Amino acid sequence: MALASVLRSDYADFSFDNHKPFGFGLGLGKSDVRASLGEELSFAVQTSLNSSDGEGIERKIEFLHGTTTLAFKFQHGVIVAVDSRATAGSYIASQTVKKVIEINPYLLGTMAGGAADCSFWERLLARQCRIYELRNKERISVAAASKLLANMVYQYKGMGLSMGTMVCGWDKRGPGLYYVDSEGNRVCGDLFAVGSGSMYAYGVVDTGLRKEEGLTVEEACELGRRAIYQATYRDAYSGGQVNLYHVHSEGWTRVSQEDVLVLHQQYKPQPQA
Amino acid sequence: MAARYDRAITVFSPDGHLFQVEYAQEAVKKGSTVVGIRGNDIVVLGVERKSVAKLQEDRTIRKINSLDEHVCMAFAGLTADARIVINRARVECQSHRLTVEDPVTVEYITRYIARLKQRYTQSNGRRPFGIAALIVGFDDDGTPRLYQTEPSGTYHAWKANAIGHSAKAVREFLEKNYTDEAIAVDKEAIKLAIKALLEVVQSGGKNIELAVIKRNEPLRILEAKEIETFVAEIEKEREEEIEKKKPKKSG
Repeated sequence: MALASVLRSDYADFSFDNHKPFGFGLGLGKSDVRASLGEELSFAVQTSLNSSDGEGIERKIEFLHGTTTLAFKFQHGVIVAVDSRATAGSYIASQTVKKVIEINPYLLGTMAGGAADCSFWERLLARQCRIYELRNKERISVAAASKLLANMVYQYKGMGLSMGTMVCGWDKRGPGLYYVDSEGNRVCGDLFAVGSGSMYAYGVVDTGLRKEEGLTVEEACELGRRAIYQATYRDAYSGGQVNLYHVHSEGWTRVSQEDVLVLHQQYKPQPQA
Repeated sequence: MAARYDRAITVFSPDGHLFQVEYAQEAVKKGSTVVGIRGNDIVVLGVERKSVAKLQEDRTIRKINSLDEHVCMAFAGLTADARIVINRARVECQSHRLTVEDPVTVEYITRYIARLKQRYTQSNGRRPFGIAALIVGFDDDGTPRLYQTEPSGTYHAWKANAIGHSAKAVREFLEKNYTDEAIAVDKEAIKLAIKALLEVVQSGGKNIELAVIKRNEPLRILEAKEIETFVAEIEKEREEEIEKKKPKKSG
């Protein structure tokens, strides 16, 4: 495949100066991985890339996905909440990135890792889902869609793809939520948070999620919003706006988009009690 | 004229025939009869069992094969060809379970088999499969299905159908006797299948093999004793019918 040959090329040469921030341009097909600012948007933060010289090309790459994305199931479907900051090193490349990819009217995918990887593969997934629909005259299930994505990227395992995504949707089995990444993991679950701000988000959601009584749609949206806000508060690589989606039996709805600074003013006066 | 156009499968005749495919259909017509009936809660496959040689173990001759827990098929035509198709279909059923995490629908696996057959009508150096298949089963949502495929690679859904030797006569019988009442009860659907086969099978119940799938149950092949019971019931009903008609005539 053309894509495989691009990935296989010797772009995995990270002999840059340390002080130059650079985008994670692996496999984007450019002849030189330019470190120019804002050229390559990414949510990845490189820490110890050039650990020691004389290692040759086989350096261990640390992927820290500079973002916060969150999705959880509840009684009335799935809430998907993401931030919108993209960083190139310590430079904030953009505050208005759309990290939720609308695969089709009833499936959503989130973005963490390499921006190009996520959006490319999820667009490919959208194409496969549509073909499935036409062939089988029924919507694809979330399990099958996530499996298709996982199988697609597994073929490129070890070649430098960076993608940590959550596939969220509603099918005949009810709400569906799967975490899929470029390592080949595919896990079904009720709650996932991915990215450098994920720990902060987990803290908030774990506190607020009530399994027994269940949450209303309003409460769940507010929980998702609050979780992302808290993550952006503490994590330097998350920020911008909170984009909130709700997946229900009819498909997904874009609930809100709120700037984190506005939310900060909103939440601040809340008393400690 | 035909001689020039039936050598290679990939050649059309001037009047638009693919002779190899038609000859494959002739091979199907030589196979033993298979009847399939779609009831409300049950699907039935009945097969005429050709008499076995004395030393042959008749368990090794199976015309009804399960493709997965909820789907099975019977064929008419070349047995060896059928073995290949059944093998590929079985693998595809499991592949589907792996990639989609759901069992196949009957339509999906029929489509797969039909696509396979069609590919062999459009390849170099290969001949078509000489079998027609009746594929029955239940979908995930509980709907019963019956499909028929042909050597050409077409497939259609049926309420009841027959393939193989004397298929036309059996189909006519089914057209007359397939009513909603007839298939409403499981037992009646089974009896309808046996009645249809008895039209063409010599020497009665001994040469009939029957398999049923009920919703959420795996394939079950009926034992010879059960078939005998049904045949006896059918004969009794026939006699009663004749008895009823008699007094009217003489009265």
